[in-house]
Amino acid sequence: MTTAISIQNVSKYYRLGMIGGGTLAGDLNRWWARVRGKPDPLLKVGESDLGNQEGEFIWALRDVSFDVQQGEAMGIIGRNGAGKSTLLKILSRVTAPTGGVVKAKGRVASLLEVGTGFHPELTGRENTYLNGAIMGMSRAEVRRKFDEIVDFSGVEQFIDTPVKRYSSGMYVRLAFAVAAHLEPEILIVDEVLSVGDAAFQKKSLGKMGDVARGGRTVLFVSHNMPAINRLCTRAVLLDAGKLIEDGPAPQITASYLAEAQDSSGQRTWSLENAPGTNEVRLLGVNLEKSDGQPAFTVDVSDRLTVRIRYYVGTLGIQFRCAAQFYTQGVLAFASIEPVEQVREECGEYDSVVVIPPHLLAEGEYTVGVSIFSSAGAKQHYVRLRDALMFQVYDSMTSPSARGDYAQTIGGVVRPLLEWKIMKTHPERHEG
Amino acid sequence: MNTPESNENWTMYIRPQREWFDLRLGELWHARELILLFVWRDFVSVYKQTILGPLWYLIQPLLTTITFTVIFGRIASLPTDHLPDFLFYMAGTVVWSYFAQSLTNISATFVGNASLFGKVYFPRLSVPISILISSLIAFAIQLVLFLGFLAYFMLTGTPIHPNLPALSLLPLLLIIMGGLGLGAGIIVSALTTRYRDLRYLVTFGTQLFMYATPVVYPLSSVSGKFRLLILANPLTSIVETFRYGFLGAGTFNLWNLLYSFVFMLIVLLVGVLLFNRVEATFMDTV
Repeated sequence: MTTAISIQNVSKYYRLGMIGGGTLAGDLNRWWARVRGKPDPLLKVGESDLGNQEGEFIWALRDVSFDVQQGEAMGIIGRNGAGKSTLLKILSRVTAPTGGVVKAKGRVASLLEVGTGFHPELTGRENTYLNGAIMGMSRAEVRRKFDEIVDFSGVEQFIDTPVKRYSSGMYVRLAFAVAAHLEPEILIVDEVLSVGDAAFQKKSLGKMGDVARGGRTVLFVSHNMPAINRLCTRAVLLDAGKLIEDGPAPQITASYLAEAQDSSGQRTWSLENAPGTNEVRLLGVNLEKSDGQPAFTVDVSDRLTVRIRYYVGTLGIQFRCAAQFYTQGVLAFASIEPVEQVREECGEYDSVVVIPPHLLAEGEYTVGVSIFSSAGAKQHYVRLRDALMFQVYDSMTSPSARGDYAQTIGGVVRPLLEWKIMKTHPERHEG
Repeated sequence: MNTPESNENWTMYIRPQREWFDLRLGELWHARELILLFVWRDFVSVYKQTILGPLWYLIQPLLTTITFTVIFGRIASLPTDHLPDFLFYMAGTVVWSYFAQSLTNISATFVGNASLFGKVYFPRLSVPISILISSLIAFAIQLVLFLGFLAYFMLTGTPIHPNLPALSLLPLLLIIMGGLGLGAGIIVSALTTRYRDLRYLVTFGTQLFMYATPVVYPLSSVSGKFRLLILANPLTSIVETFRYGFLGAGTFNLWNLLYSFVFMLIVLLVGVLLFNRVEATFMDTV
């Protein structure tokens, strides 16, 4: 077996607050220090982790090393901010590492986000060629695979329509189809599975499985642990930019889930770095069990309180809060405040919603939070796709929708419904 | 984790900071199809989004020329080397807009393509090069328009004598001007990743810079120390030679052209090196 990718001591730091550009003075200062061979004056001594938001730099990756064998499907898992995306960006050469080196054999293609470079005015056909070229395919290659691509995407009828007329589903399907037919030696995939309908997701996973079985190397980043287990032979676990564990996929996903248990079920932001706009900023999201304790794991028969805390900075604006619950890569359900209320005064507010017991199925849920107004021009103040994670489990100690059935029940919700049994043809057997 | 055998035949290395002269021109050559597709995309999207479509390529120089003719020719009565005002200004406008278009559009390379650059790697220089080719195509269209007017003026008896030796330098003029536009454009684009205000400066600065170039006046009308200043502008000799070639009037000096050529080479070299340097980590700063 030969090594397809060798990642050696890769590190990456980001400057915080880069948006809006640096200052010339800071740059000159740094440059002067470098000329004299001194360390960067703005990189604080002993500063290391993601937790430290005070410094000007954060380490997104620190001394990460591992090898990927040819034909291996490797999963990369970790919490948000663990450095997964940064690693993929380095591998796909979107950005350069701060330290370390990566060596690879063969063409690398990434599906960091599908639909990259689609131009709305161009037709599906034209975009297929353009997108293919951006990803490194020659025109002859695209032409050869064109029918296959169109067939896979299922948008044959609209292939000569500008993509701006496409539904978002069609758009994504075509984009994924182009990317999936790249046939690189090394394929990098990041969470594309959260797009499209269930049937298309299944098709996409199948295609990735084919790629892996076809002897090519796949790097796959996802929060979808079953998909990692199904597709990958090996996995690495990242946390706070460091490589924590490397081993067979089932073992790594298990330790990821175990490690995630100690999550607190609450998340807070200080006003300075709270997500949102000047009008409304999100200060925290809490999950509480019926006893008021923060909840990371919740029993199916327990009720769950979601508390959204936010700061209103502008007088008299009206908006509503919403919470989305994602699981298994789909939106299980969303709940919104029924009316848009005017918040008369500035200050902190809580919006609280209770999820009744016996609603959610077992599994891992991600809570998204948004605060928006749709009166007049629609405006989002806060939109956070993954504010918190929690797990629903069934302790089987109290009566639930499970009844006396002990095996897995599918679905994203598991409501407690009433079943009735009635005899309708009493004479049937005799008849 | 153990790799005893395979230390050879890696096809790709990703390292922190690239060498200054590691320009990866081979990659750029492989991306030639992509460059042409970008050119085609820009052309088609302009064509599809507007009612008048490619007619805009003609309307723009025409209206500019008319404006210049009225303001600088009629109202201000600036000299035009005894050429018909209209042709004089049109020659200047056509050749200037080739430079101005390439410069302003190329300056927006990083900022305008941030979302694309943030997701997939391809040789970044292919974007500015494709913009340059697009500008060249626009120039060709406008040149045809200009030639049409030139022919009309000549056929109706205006005494104009194109200068063939100077005319044969047209490819060189295009190379120098394109090189300057490309070089300056990528310098600005590389710097705008950090200092955003440069982008506004360049749009505005290009407009002002036109007045430091003999577009609306001939070089012959400038004397004294201003003449030296205008001559220090590498674009001066291009515009003058262009006019000298097509209209037979103006200043034609090979040394000035050589100066512009060397200037272009330096700007282009600095630009490519800087661009290459910024490209590696640009995504972290946008």
